[in-house]
Amino acid sequence: MSTARLTILDPTSESKPARRELLSRPSSIDGMTIGLLDIRKPRGDVFLDRIEQLLAERGARVLRYATPTFTKPAPADLRHEIASQCNLVIEALAD
Amino acid sequence: MDLMTKPVLPDGLVAVVKRECATCVMTEPVLATIARSETLTVFTQDDETFPASVPHSFDSDLSVSWHHDIETVPTLIRVENGVEVDRTIGWSRDAWRTLTGIDDLGEDLPVMRPGCGSLSVDPDLVDKLRARFTGSVLTARHIDMASAEDEFESMFNRGWTDGLPVIPPTPERVLRMLAGTTRAPDDIVAVAPPDLVPLTVEKVAINAVMAGCLPEYMPWVIAALEAVCNDRFNMHGVLATTMPVGPVIVCNGPGTKRIGMNSGINVFGQGNRANMTIGRAVQLTIRNVGGGRPGEVDRATHGNPGKLSFCFAEDEDGSPFGPLATERGIPAGVDAVTVFAGEGPRCAVDQLARTPEELTNSFAACLRSVMHPKSVMTFDVILVVSPDHSRIYAEAGWGRERVLAELHARLQIDSNTILRGVDGMAEGLPDRFRDRTVPKFRPDGILLTHAGGGAGLFSSIIAGWANGEMGSQPVTVAVKS
Repeated sequence: MSTARLTILDPTSESKPARRELLSRPSSIDGMTIGLLDIRKPRGDVFLDRIEQLLAERGARVLRYATPTFTKPAPADLRHEIASQCNLVIEALAD
Repeated sequence: MDLMTKPVLPDGLVAVVKRECATCVMTEPVLATIARSETLTVFTQDDETFPASVPHSFDSDLSVSWHHDIETVPTLIRVENGVEVDRTIGWSRDAWRTLTGIDDLGEDLPVMRPGCGSLSVDPDLVDKLRARFTGSVLTARHIDMASAEDEFESMFNRGWTDGLPVIPPTPERVLRMLAGTTRAPDDIVAVAPPDLVPLTVEKVAINAVMAGCLPEYMPWVIAALEAVCNDRFNMHGVLATTMPVGPVIVCNGPGTKRIGMNSGINVFGQGNRANMTIGRAVQLTIRNVGGGRPGEVDRATHGNPGKLSFCFAEDEDGSPFGPLATERGIPAGVDAVTVFAGEGPRCAVDQLARTPEELTNSFAACLRSVMHPKSVMTFDVILVVSPDHSRIYAEAGWGRERVLAELHARLQIDSNTILRGVDGMAEGLPDRFRDRTVPKFRPDGILLTHAGGGAGLFSSIIAGWANGEMGSQPVTVAVKS
């Protein structure tokens, strides 16, 4: 028995997967702008500081973002800001 | 046990009851009497302590009630060798005595008391029960919505809508929709363009739910899809063309009234569920199953708002022309749809004509401008005559044949007036057509129909797309239950 809140039936020809595939990994991050999104779990910043250092060494430009609280999804404006400013984003779930 | 399997009833007598039913409560002493002389199995639907005076089983998930089609409680059934041989519903002293063989059963009870509705047919429960107990007939991929996912937004994001919200096609709703047709869920209705996907009744039902249809619309949606997926209609071409056309669905037959279709005021407009959702279900099915999406195979320069749904019933009662479907080979009184690749409707005004000749002259002049005043033979048209206009024809005794003959006669054009360059317009016929008479429409290129509100000396013109083998032909299909 499904535990989902709601189950619906696929109206399509089902020729495409129900879940979106992950994008392929970039071969290089040199010159890319990478966003680091801190979801504000304690010490997530320590993890992201180190990631930022490693990314910078590989030629990436790093921008830092943070959600107002880890209990709620990132606000639409923040997601839009990241999407318009970055090529890639890494979300910090560290605790 | 497997939810889909019908549970076998024990031999002897079986009673199905619920405490909420006064008739069931009244029969409790009778059940106790039966239990003293017979093997009696009692299933209770709503309260596992009832009836206290006889041993009983709690049909808590209503699987016994559902699978054995209990519609009324109490129901008393005789079972032999695992097979039902007789049943009675409600309380009838004679029927219970016959079934039990106990001659003095219920002597102190009234002769008769009607029963109550079984919980298994409770309107609030029946859809869930149908999904639980017959859900295996659904083979479409099930998609679970996450707890924080808004299903309406999710369906937009998945590209499943026409730009308006759709109703989530839950198994319960889809099963209810399937109850509107006698066809099996895995029946193939057609091969859906443009991706040429075998289209099952189940997929039609899913899209019909999303469109907002009622189950009784299903036969109409299926017929319209059979018609548009016909090679003659050429749905692929209708999608792919840069011209603004989409399927226009004209419905005929007594069933249009049974499902509440509009053939009157605001007939092409908003406000009627059947008109709005039957056409929408067709378009959503082509979009979702066939893969016909704007910007992909659908290359329309402008399209038209009727591509959401353009579906209406003909006003047959007031028509001097006879039904369109009958004219196109369907027996009178049989429900049918005619599909036509059409653009948006435009108004043909004549408030002063009082003779059929004057009115026909005006219609011919308006029809001349379909697509371009110099365009001939390439496009068919639906002329939707309003009741105020059709009265002029009816009073003069002009029927379909006469009106069409008079229209075609007025639409014979001197080719020299529509050659390329004439009147300063580059558009027109090549010079080799000089000195001829050419018809605006091919002989069967005007579809005459009757619809609209009772007031208004206006009719309506729905122009088509490239006709004939190279384009789209109107297709008429009978609606089957």
